[in-house]
Amino acid sequence: MKIIVLIYLLSLGIFSSLLFQNKTKKESIKAGSEIYQDFCLQCHLSSGIGVFGVFPPLKASDYLLENTNLSIAGIKYGLRGKIIVNNEEYDGIMLRQGLDNEEVADVMNYILNEWGNKTSAFITPNQVSKISKSILE
Amino acid sequence: MNYFLNFTCCVFFVTMGCAQENYPAIETPSAINYSFELVVDGIDIPWGMDFINESDLLVTELSGTLYRVSDGIKKVVLGLPEVYLRGQGGLLDVALHPEFKNNNLIYLTLASSLGDNPGGNTSLYQATLVGNNLEKVSLLYKASPNTKKGQHFGSRIAFDEKGHIYFSVGDRGNRDQNPQDISRDGGKVYRLNLDGSIPEDNPFLSSPKAKQAIFSYGHRNPQGMTVHPYTGVIWVNEHGPKGGDEINKLESGKNFGWPIITYGINYSGTPITDKTSSPKMEQPFYYWVPSIAPSGMAFSTSDVYKDWKNNLFVGSLKFEYLERLVIEGNKVVKREKILDKIGRVRNVKQGPDGYLYVGVEGKGIIKIMPL
Ligand code: HEC
Repeated sequence: MKIIVLIYLLSLGIFSSLLFQNKTKKESIKAGSEIYQDFCLQCHLSSGIGVFGVFPPLKASDYLLENTNLSIAGIKYGLRGKIIVNNEEYDGIMLRQGLDNEEVADVMNYILNEWGNKTSAFITPNQVSKISKSILE
Repeated sequence: MNYFLNFTCCVFFVTMGCAQENYPAIETPSAINYSFELVVDGIDIPWGMDFINESDLLVTELSGTLYRVSDGIKKVVLGLPEVYLRGQGGLLDVALHPEFKNNNLIYLTLASSLGDNPGGNTSLYQATLVGNNLEKVSLLYKASPNTKKGQHFGSRIAFDEKGHIYFSVGDRGNRDQNPQDISRDGGKVYRLNLDGSIPEDNPFLSSPKAKQAIFSYGHRNPQGMTVHPYTGVIWVNEHGPKGGDEINKLESGKNFGWPIITYGINYSGTPITDKTSSPKMEQPFYYWVPSIAPSGMAFSTSDVYKDWKNNLFVGSLKFEYLERLVIEGNKVVKREKILDKIGRVRNVKQGPDGYLYVGVEGKGIIKIMPL
């Protein structure tokens, strides 16, 4: 009997850790903030305002807030060529930063909810994994 | 009252002015006495380059491609070791062995994930260039441990006249542990013999725990390195924190202070240290306030340009120009913008023809011609 209870408890533990390995939105945003310091801040700045005409803003960026999937693709695969952000044209290069799907999801959740940005969407690694490069073309 | 206000404003702006820019102030030349030509196009981030002869050169693209360019035509060189792409890391510098004409050897620095821990760190490779292929690719040095941090891989390569190769590794985003600890990699400039062995007079051979390849330490992220044409001393420029970019003249075993002393502050505006000097640490030869984000460094030693002989040239990623520094005695006496607004300048070298070649992000390689 003891053994059965033990097995039951163990499998419950394994099961729930499998089920709940996904972070909450809050945890994801926190992890994303660290990714941001490491990989994005040097261009988009800690204030998220970027450098006018050179590095586009993330704060109140219509591109980011209205094109979630394109933004994910840009971070995942790199982005180049002309884009319009808040009526200003940018024609720069952002290299692929080498982040895995979970890291892309985390940093997206961070930039979508920082500097006054707000979204109800919660980006998951699974959603990131489904985004293909072709949507950028 | 008005007078008083004006006066305080003046004092305020004068003091701000001092804090804003380190002497000498950057100048924009009134007359432009050069033109330029794009000699290699279509390279996103031309990180490193070196010249095989007057018409052939090797160029690295950060995202992991090595090109051999002949008369402006790019061909991909095959046989590269695996490159770890992460943040600022990727395929970094390339340099020909000083006896390349006889042995066809080249050196590369790149981010690599070799080793146990997840992540990557900077490595130095040697290989033989045969046509557009690399053969006998061998790893000469791999910094450890690996880390998933995206910052500060370094890395430039330079040679002295005594048969040594130097290369830099940045602090890898771990300033509290790496730069001041000679038993750890990162925040260092390394010196090896050309075959990768440790020189017998390297400074830390008698410290059992030290990494024996270390030549100097206390660096943050050196991305420019060249040998002074007359003194043979290795000069380095490095990205500092906000307001702390530096030029350093290297000496064996010396500590350049990061992060114990610096003229810069955190990018968030908070202080890192209140110390700009310490008796056991070296002062920079020059420091930039504001930061220009320096990358690449070369002396012009030819007679191609009228007034530029022996001037130092440094790329500015941040302000998108090439900086010309005039040095007299032991001081920078003049700074000037060349190729203003050209794009993020990643690299600069003097070619075998005496012209300056500049790597510009989003463009490729630009050659500067006197008018
Ligand atoms: C080397 C500089 C650089 C770094 C580092 C960088 N970006 Fe960018 N980013 C750019 C540039 C340049 C563009 C515009 C590209 C273009 O013109 O096509 C851009 C565009 C974007 C866009 C779409 C436009 C907008 O402003 O909404 C997003 C979103 C974005 N970056 C997020 C990030 C995130 C997140 C990171 C870190 C993981 C990051 N970037 C790292 C330079 C950079």
